[in-house]
Amino acid sequence: MKIHEYQAKALLAKYGVKVPKSKMVRNSSDVASIVKELGLPVVVKAQIHAGGRGKGGGVKLARSLEEAENLASQMLGMKLVTHQTGPEGREVQTLLIEEGLKIKQEFYLSVVLDRVTSQIVFMASKAGGMDIEEVAAHSPEAILKEYIDPAVGMQAFQARKIAFGLGLSAELVSLATKFILSLYRAFVELDASLLEINPFLLTEDGELYALDAKVNFDDNALYRHKDFAELRDLNEEEPLEIEASKYDLNYIKLDGTIGCMVNGAGLAMATMDIIKLAGGEPANFLDVGGGASQARVENAFRILLADKKVRAVLINIFGGIVRCDMVAAGVIAAAKNLGIEIPVVVRLEGTNVERARELLNESGLNFTTAAGMKDAAEKVVALAGQ
Amino acid sequence: MSILVDKSTRLLVQGITGKEGTFHTQQMRAYGTNIVAGVTPGKGGTLHEETTPIFNTVADAVKNTGANASVIYVPPPFAADAIMEATDAGVALIVCITEGIPTVDMVKAFHYVKSHGGRLIGPNCPGVISPGKCKIGIMPGHIHKEGRVGVISRSGTLTYEAVHQLTNLGLGQSTCVGIGGDPIIGTLYVDLLEMFEADPETDAVVMIGEIGGSAEETAASFVKEKMTKPVVGFIAGQTAPPGRRMGHAGAIISGGKGTAAEKMKMMTESGIYVVSSPADIGITVQAALKK
Repeated sequence: MKIHEYQAKALLAKYGVKVPKSKMVRNSSDVASIVKELGLPVVVKAQIHAGGRGKGGGVKLARSLEEAENLASQMLGMKLVTHQTGPEGREVQTLLIEEGLKIKQEFYLSVVLDRVTSQIVFMASKAGGMDIEEVAAHSPEAILKEYIDPAVGMQAFQARKIAFGLGLSAELVSLATKFILSLYRAFVELDASLLEINPFLLTEDGELYALDAKVNFDDNALYRHKDFAELRDLNEEEPLEIEASKYDLNYIKLDGTIGCMVNGAGLAMATMDIIKLAGGEPANFLDVGGGASQARVENAFRILLADKKVRAVLINIFGGIVRCDMVAAGVIAAAKNLGIEIPVVVRLEGTNVERARELLNESGLNFTTAAGMKDAAEKVVALAGQ
Repeated sequence: MSILVDKSTRLLVQGITGKEGTFHTQQMRAYGTNIVAGVTPGKGGTLHEETTPIFNTVADAVKNTGANASVIYVPPPFAADAIMEATDAGVALIVCITEGIPTVDMVKAFHYVKSHGGRLIGPNCPGVISPGKCKIGIMPGHIHKEGRVGVISRSGTLTYEAVHQLTNLGLGQSTCVGIGGDPIIGTLYVDLLEMFEADPETDAVVMIGEIGGSAEETAASFVKEKMTKPVVGFIAGQTAPPGRRMGHAGAIISGGKGTAAEKMKMMTESGIYVVSSPADIGITVQAALKK
């Protein structure tokens, strides 16, 4: 789960991480009172979930109230395009107005899971404000890394190694150590999957700030953070994906014309792959889960068909322990209830598969049965092209 | 022979009294797995379905029954604890089926298992099966066939698909291991490839990967340097968009890393028979074995 910068900063502030003074606005008429409170200059920052906002024109300095108000009215409602949003961009609905600080130096800090060592790793670099992936690609030695022993957590000496490694002066190191340890504590206690401070700022008067903050949460741990539900911004999500999440369906919208309904994430990806190999384009990723009950299939169908680009549907269910005739009965009932008109290719495998094929063929509905994934993909691509 | 499990496996089931635990205990027993104990805290001293003794702790279960493997069906909030409890009791093989364990919890459990010398398969996996000998997990037993192909996979139903293709071609399996779709899993490809290479009853290995992480790349290096047996590989997610979690927590292309194209290239260069179509896994194994 992703959240906005202003939300991330509010959370981090509770852990003692110093952030600039700021206020969130949804209306440019509120800018004046905020500027009065913060003083000039201010920075106007578009709040969208994608990165690369600065380069896309979503972060700008205002030296006067008039400038701040103009920027705010320009940005609110604009489609901000960054390298992470895709060409269609993302509509800006919220801004963060932040006090302008005198920058002496910018650094990069982040906490992530390292999959190779299965440890949490704290990373830092002197190249603040830059795209860390570029730094990693061109000069990996410029990234400092401290791997955290999960039995004891991050230790002060590790934070000091980072602080000295960034070249901070001796008098700043104890302040930086506290800052770094607070970030680590926030990562663990918030069950984050990513925590990134870019840039981590040293001001001319010797203060350290999180000038930007990005926090993603581990979806698996949301059950123990019920309060995070209110941080979710539905404007940032695809409407069909929101609908799917209500039914616990794992759906990701893509751009093609062939809707897919599959049980299991790996098989769902493989089904998308084989559709592409057969010359078609998948319209989505959809994992209906192990059971594939009638109710789940029906909800899945509704979501697939709401995408008007879908011209044919491929159902690929490897029943395993679940009986295929039961799955088929569910598919038929769901199709009847919804009055499906576009062609549907069904590939079922597992117990009672013959009976399942009979049921589908006898149903009088527009089903095409397939034997095997290749056959299914070729049939659905042909039907979608007609 | 086979790897990890065989006729001598004495299995205990953690979470045996839950819905999942009960159903799959029945399925595993019907397949012929020797289930010697169940563990549910608070229900010790009773019998599960009038046959399997239940214990309050894994330590009690091991002491009284000589269990040497455990399968975990407990819900996500308690699963990491269950893994550590089995490790502490000295269970040699721990298979965790549970999906959705918080990462922070798994980091702790992973290192606990490692520092105590345990062997964890999963979490978020279908389990381990040596056809005709022992089934631990949730996979449908009937699609498998005894034989000489090893299977290692990060997915569930996609593994069944591959096994089904093999069985239809008359190619049985020595052992099939679902290693799990999470970013942190107890056992990666390399350990298992090493076991299959050493197993005299395995002639070839199927390796099914997914986008995300770099476990497949590491495995490819191992295959290049150490494997003499043919390895057939497939990577799911060739058409997956970057930055999106494709169902499995571990299946995500991030920072331009972990793409299918990258993995397939490295695997091909390492001498693995890489198929781009998931429908070609079985026939490619057949062809590789004839060479």
